[in-house]
Amino acid sequence: MVRSSRRRVAIAYLTAAPFVIFAVFPFIWMLVASLKQDVELYDLAQNPFLVRAGITWEHYHFLFTHTAFPLWLRNSTVVAATTTVVSVVLAVLAAYALARLRFPLAEATTTFVFIVYLVPTTLLFLPLARLMALFHLSNTLWSLIVTYPAFMVPFATWMLTAYFTTIPRDVEESALVDGCTRAGALRHVVLPLARPGIITAALFGFTLAYSEFIYSLTFISTTDLKTVTTGVVVDLIRGDFFYWGSLMGGALVASLPVVVLFSLFLDHYVAGLTAGAVRG
Amino acid sequence: MSSREEILHQRTTAYGVRLRPETVTAWSFLLPTLLLLLVLAVYPLGYAFFLSMTDAQVSGPAHFVGLQNFVRLLRTAIFTLTLSNTIWYTLGAVAAKLVLGLVLALVLAQRAPGMRWIRGAVLIPWVVPTSLAMLAWTWMFDSTYSVINWVLMHLGAIAEPIAWLGTPRLARLAVVLVNVWSGLPFFGINFLAGLVTIPQELYEAGTVDGAGPIVRFRHITLPLLRPVLATVLLFSVVMTSSDFATVFVLTKGGPQNTTQILATLAFKLGLATGDLGNAAAISLYLFPILAISTYVQVRLMRRVWQW
Repeated sequence: MVRSSRRRVAIAYLTAAPFVIFAVFPFIWMLVASLKQDVELYDLAQNPFLVRAGITWEHYHFLFTHTAFPLWLRNSTVVAATTTVVSVVLAVLAAYALARLRFPLAEATTTFVFIVYLVPTTLLFLPLARLMALFHLSNTLWSLIVTYPAFMVPFATWMLTAYFTTIPRDVEESALVDGCTRAGALRHVVLPLARPGIITAALFGFTLAYSEFIYSLTFISTTDLKTVTTGVVVDLIRGDFFYWGSLMGGALVASLPVVVLFSLFLDHYVAGLTAGAVRG
Repeated sequence: MSSREEILHQRTTAYGVRLRPETVTAWSFLLPTLLLLLVLAVYPLGYAFFLSMTDAQVSGPAHFVGLQNFVRLLRTAIFTLTLSNTIWYTLGAVAAKLVLGLVLALVLAQRAPGMRWIRGAVLIPWVVPTSLAMLAWTWMFDSTYSVINWVLMHLGAIAEPIAWLGTPRLARLAVVLVNVWSGLPFFGINFLAGLVTIPQELYEAGTVDGAGPIVRFRHITLPLLRPVLATVLLFSVVMTSSDFATVFVLTKGGPQNTTQILATLAFKLGLATGDLGNAAAISLYLFPILAISTYVQVRLMRRVWQW
């Protein structure tokens, strides 16, 4: 018995290993490149897996003192946090109405939100760029704060609608019978029960907003106003010369906020990822 | 007993009387979201259709040209190449993600200590911003410093370094591989979620009837996984065909447009040359895929929810 279960565990690890290595290797490789000295990094005679000349922090030092990287991190965090709060509030209200209230066109509205959720940002970046120019929002963080909820809200609404329907009606209905208003019932009865779903929606919203690329690339041209995804990708590469050490360090540090959130709330992410397809 | 029935009855009548206020509440809750989506999703989509039927440039007046842009694009070599690239990119990446995703789900469904962390590690490519992860892949595929070349050369598989992103066929392979890398977690985790809902008794019954693992997979796992397979597949077709960051960071569409896909070509034309009419038309070639996929998904959804 013990031997067969031990064998089973060994098989599990052995079969999982290639997938784990495939998934994680690029990040290990970023870390290695970001810590190597340039002489070794660009020395073809060296084994790239070894760090012989000792590690250096110069790439990170360059990143934080000679580039706009700290500003990009701040911009991304501000935009992602703001849009997450706005989107979750809007989505809670909308999802509650779709999951709980009876009204004409409820079904059509649900379908509408779902369809919008499927429209990819690559179809909308051009017209939105013109719209932002019209509102005089081009090249400001506002252009992102305004447009990101348009893809975050449908997703969050979708996820929360599904979550709200799992909450039993009885508790809420007795509150209504006791004279609570709908808004009151939502705030005092449903919201506390829906906390895990709301946390998941917020985490997903933040991750989506933080990772967004094409809007930021299209709407923002000033270096200091870029988000971390476009800043690192576009502005750290000057001409043909790649500062690979700093580039890898930048990509790694910029990924950290979402990776930390992910490791803290692993189960929420898994729940969200399977509740509503986000991207694949 | 009768008092309970009375309360129930009261509640239903209360519901009936409250119907109209409930409608008002519903619409007031939905109003901000609907306004947002109308202004920032529906209107831009309509505007994209309008632009695609004009000769609009970044500045200057636009003239209505009907479907001319769409027709002329089909006679442009770069566009037809881009269109076929997009189709092959989508088919290749989605097929690979489907097969590997099933394998991954079966692997992750095994029981072992620390499996939760293995699942977490496998999900990381999905969590990290694609554009940033692409930088690591650009470095790994670098023509001079590629670690993949180093390994292959030391294994004796190749004699000379390969220019991964500079050779058309290899560049195509590379963008598909990297798309699979970032999209696989989504497939694996969703299939896993589908797997765990399959009742264990079915497998036990299958085993009793003498079915081997392959027969059980084909006749129990696959049929019961079909709803999940369909949803994930449709979703991935939309997301993969409209992908931008992977190709933009890795190859910028090169070499010689051999990895150019619709979104990157639309971006290039719309922002670099300011040809908004054609750029909008290019991105709208994605629309049929989107429309079909959405239609099927909505139908599947209704069947599942029994509306």
